[in-house]
Amino acid sequence: MLVQKYFPSERMVPEKDMDACGLFGVMNISGRRFGGEMAINAIKNMKVRGSGLGGGFAIYGLYPEYKDYYALHIMFQNQNLRAKHEVEAFLKEHFYVVYDEEIPTNPEINVFFPPIVWRYFVAPQKKSEDQTVTDDEYVVNKVMYLNTCVEDAYVFSSGKDVGVFKGVGFPEEIADYFMLDKLYQGYIWTVHSRFPTNTPGWWGGAHPFNILDWTVVHNGEISSYGTNRRYLEMFNYYCTLHTDTEVLAYAVDLLLRRQKLPIELVARIFAPPMWETIERMDKDQRELYTALRMTYAPLLMNGPFTVIIAHHNEMVGLTDRIRLRPITAGAKGDLVFLSSEEASIRAVCPDLELAWTPPGGEPVVVRLHSRDHLLSLNKSI
Amino acid sequence: MYSYLLPEFTVKRLEDRCIRCRVCERQCANQVHEYDGELDRLFTTEEACVGCQRCVVLCPTNALHVQPRTADYRPNCSWTRDKLQNLKKQAETGGVVLTGSGNDRPYRIYWDHLVLNASQVTNPSIDPLREPMELKTFLGKKPDTLQVTYDNDGLPRLESGLHPNVPISTPLVFSAMSLGAISYPAYKSLATAAREFGTLFNTGEGGLPAHMREEFGVSAIVQCASGRFGVDPEYLNSARIIEIKIGQGAKPGIGGHLPGEKVSADIARTRMIPQGTDALSPAPQHDIYSIEDLSMLIYALKETTNYEKPVSVKIAAVHNVAAIASGIVRAGADIVAIDGIRGGTGAAPLATRDNVGIPMELALAAVDKRLRDEGIRHKCSILAAGGIRCSTDAIKAIALGADAVYIGTAALVAMGCTLCHKCYTGKCNWGICTQNPYLTKRLNPEIATRKLVNLLKSWSHEIQELLGGMGINAIESLRGNRDHLRGVGLEAWELDVLGVKGAGE
Repeated sequence: MLVQKYFPSERMVPEKDMDACGLFGVMNISGRRFGGEMAINAIKNMKVRGSGLGGGFAIYGLYPEYKDYYALHIMFQNQNLRAKHEVEAFLKEHFYVVYDEEIPTNPEINVFFPPIVWRYFVAPQKKSEDQTVTDDEYVVNKVMYLNTCVEDAYVFSSGKDVGVFKGVGFPEEIADYFMLDKLYQGYIWTVHSRFPTNTPGWWGGAHPFNILDWTVVHNGEISSYGTNRRYLEMFNYYCTLHTDTEVLAYAVDLLLRRQKLPIELVARIFAPPMWETIERMDKDQRELYTALRMTYAPLLMNGPFTVIIAHHNEMVGLTDRIRLRPITAGAKGDLVFLSSEEASIRAVCPDLELAWTPPGGEPVVVRLHSRDHLLSLNKSI
Repeated sequence: MYSYLLPEFTVKRLEDRCIRCRVCERQCANQVHEYDGELDRLFTTEEACVGCQRCVVLCPTNALHVQPRTADYRPNCSWTRDKLQNLKKQAETGGVVLTGSGNDRPYRIYWDHLVLNASQVTNPSIDPLREPMELKTFLGKKPDTLQVTYDNDGLPRLESGLHPNVPISTPLVFSAMSLGAISYPAYKSLATAAREFGTLFNTGEGGLPAHMREEFGVSAIVQCASGRFGVDPEYLNSARIIEIKIGQGAKPGIGGHLPGEKVSADIARTRMIPQGTDALSPAPQHDIYSIEDLSMLIYALKETTNYEKPVSVKIAAVHNVAAIASGIVRAGADIVAIDGIRGGTGAAPLATRDNVGIPMELALAAVDKRLRDEGIRHKCSILAAGGIRCSTDAIKAIALGADAVYIGTAALVAMGCTLCHKCYTGKCNWGICTQNPYLTKRLNPEIATRKLVNLLKSWSHEIQELLGGMGINAIESLRGNRDHLRGVGLEAWELDVLGVKGAGE
């Protein structure tokens, strides 16, 4: 499906990035759109969790006027206009581009080597041989082609009615640069502040990571990265960015989108219960959980992680099976929060009604027009 | 006894310590020691000594020293002592030089050039004394995906059927050692230890005695080899896994050898052959001359066992092992067992044992990579065999891509074996590789079982320690995770084949 980058040996595969981070997500479960103020202030409150080497935002319900078109946010590094021409020729050949523009930025904000960032609203223009491919699959293929085969071009996001804004800097600087608080509204905001420990950071390497309308923000270092990456390669996902987050994002795509497993069970694949716990379950559940662990053993995300996965109508928070990285949930009225720290939720919502810490491997599933997030409340620590 | 052949060992007896108790004389099946009553002295026939150290260990006054006798011929790097001695043996007999146990040639041992990772700062190491550390492993074919439905209570239920998989409590399995090659006490100890620890033993090609099936079938991998010794539907159905033995690391390209001297009444009954006849397995399986023939045998065995048992195919690691393994998986096998050049045997021609096949580390890396390139790695489990000496060899094999490892020689050593390489003579003084009742009763199955269980326990603990150090709390997260390995002192091509970065890269 995706484009394989050829390495003569496994040992040529570049080393993965390592980073520690701050995460925050907020969703209005009645679907009402709101501005970026809460997300920006919350992440600012966790400044020590970032190092100014990466920050980014994902916003759902971003382009209601273009919600039937795939919104491609594409960056061009090193002011490489040739890359832009190449990408645009490619888009013209494979898509109908209904509208495109440069994403507005504030020139007064100083950021590190800003790329050109452009957005394109497109519909697939399938050739006869592509007729059997679904639109989503088609878009994924093309995005992967752009990411792997066009130098200096990188697709930030590719979903409908969703967009990712990210770059090198503290997240509040990225927000100011793209003027997020002034220009945009959405019903889910997720945000990430990055603290890379082995790379200087580049604009494409910041979170959130996106495929179609799925986004992932992640904090952690996955010790099972090699196992996860090599399993995903069998399903034609080739990791080009060499970060833990990338394997999580692809695993989400494989299990949720392609294999259509429910998120509650996908959480049990990433952070499964111990065998001891499984043996104590009743027969049907034991059978199910044994099969899940056995089949998806290579997708166990081992080592510390917290992740916020979002797509339309849903935002999910999850921490690893032995809770080596924290996640806290909070709720007030229609607003539900997920955050690395409770303090940042309280900073933006002082009259919070509920705050809880789910145990390791227990997902907090926040759904539109539902109270499913409260299921994890009963199991909280 | 050969003429003009120098002894391999020097037997030194400290006369002032010797109390003439004659233990050495009774213990040595090779008749090295002989007591002369008139002179009240023990004499030695060094030419017969195999260096098994039985007499040394049992001598109550430590009067005996048995040492290799190396510096006798004129030193010569090309015409070594071994080469000269073998030439003399061949000149005298016109026969094939035989040997037992595993390859002792100085081929590179890749385990000794691979180092493991540990967590520092950016992710925490996990303490196995305080946190769960899971080693449970499933052997068998895994599906691409699972279907799940929700019942009326909103609870998820498994919809998909699964291929048979066998859980083992630790990724360590006793490798194929047949009854006949090893003694009944040794065989029974392996079976008992495997059952007690929740793992498996492999019957080898010598069958599973009928009286053991009910108790030990649940822990048995039964082999169906080219000689088809002891194979019937009841045998196949009593087991957990069925293994088709195509090849063996110690002697790729040839079949098993059990000399008639070792075929006692019990062994004859289990193997379904006349007592005292040589049990020589054909080199190939005569119903498998191609991959489609293999597929037919795999499915014949599955039919016989109602598709309830995984079928393993064991091959020796040879030059194009990766392509062969891929064919085996496509032929329908649930497990591929790869036996490397250092795998052991009860009897093999020296020329074959020492020169045929490739190191398991390279074979394993190549097979794992090929199966992944073809997107079928999850459709089988890989069992790696041949020269796994310690827990770190095992953990490195798992990081290279194995699901579990077979341990043979290590288990024998745990029971008492000292690697004298004379398994083919049937005169094992340790009672392991012999059928002589005078010798086999030396091996107490209860004590040997304890030792084997302890071996599994200590290796499992060590694997848990190392996993925790890497920040991993389930063995499946290390499987094929070559990021946790680095090579030291290897050449670029070797790192390429292993798919492992050099240290510092």
